[in-house]
Amino acid sequence: MYYLWVFLIGGAICMIGEILIIKTNITSARILVLFELVGVFLQAIGVYDYISGFAKAGINVPIIGFGASLAKGAIGAVKANGIAGIFTGGLTATAGGIAAAVFFAFIFGLIFKSKTKK
Amino acid sequence: MTEKERNEAYNKYVQNKIPKTRAWPSLFNSFWIGGLICVLGQGINDLLLLWFPSLAEQTAWTLTLIILIFLASFLTAIGVYDLIGKFAGGGSIVPITGFSNSITSPALEFKREGIVYGICVKMFTIAGPVIVFGIVSSMLVGLIYLFV
Repeated sequence: MYYLWVFLIGGAICMIGEILIIKTNITSARILVLFELVGVFLQAIGVYDYISGFAKAGINVPIIGFGASLAKGAIGAVKANGIAGIFTGGLTATAGGIAAAVFFAFIFGLIFKSKTKK
Repeated sequence: MTEKERNEAYNKYVQNKIPKTRAWPSLFNSFWIGGLICVLGQGINDLLLLWFPSLAEQTAWTLTLIILIFLASFLTAIGVYDLIGKFAGGGSIVPITGFSNSITSPALEFKREGIVYGICVKMFTIAGPVIVFGIVSSMLVGLIYLFV
């Protein structure tokens, strides 16, 4: 049953992105940064875990979840290690995603040729 | 014709030339495709926890995102993700798969400029700002939590 929530919330978040694109002609880089900052903010004020409790992948899969992990990592590391945690926390928490994205892009970049631009 | 009139006429001309995204179908498409990508993520996460019950919740989510990133990167490489993107707009940009697409797509497109200056430099044209803003904003959050 919670798959319905995942679908509705995830879809709604993506639709908000589409509305912004239509209304303001915003670029995709700005969309990604904007939603990421929303995630950082939601985690910082402590409401993200509450939302992801019922929205699950509906908010974890959009880039909002990436921002939230960054902030969560930073907060956790600061509580555990103090000032060094400010520098290590965010990237440690999101290292898997960033490494995967860079790794696969590099490998596929070597193997494949661009299909869209002739 | 005064300069003002000329500018207005030109703006009108530009407005006519900009491709119109028809609002309602594109909103609908971004909704159901974006929702479907999230459902796919939830499915992967649930299967991981079913097959490997010893996984910690956080680790399972990291693996889920890595699998989604892999799928999006591969679909970008074979040219399918761009087709989805034309159809779904925001539905293909906002999920983490859009982040993956934004790295793989320029890596492929600028391959002809070489491995270092093509693939490695250009892959961060969109991901760069995302990573920079992510690091800086999360560090600010960490700094605030240091004092509260």
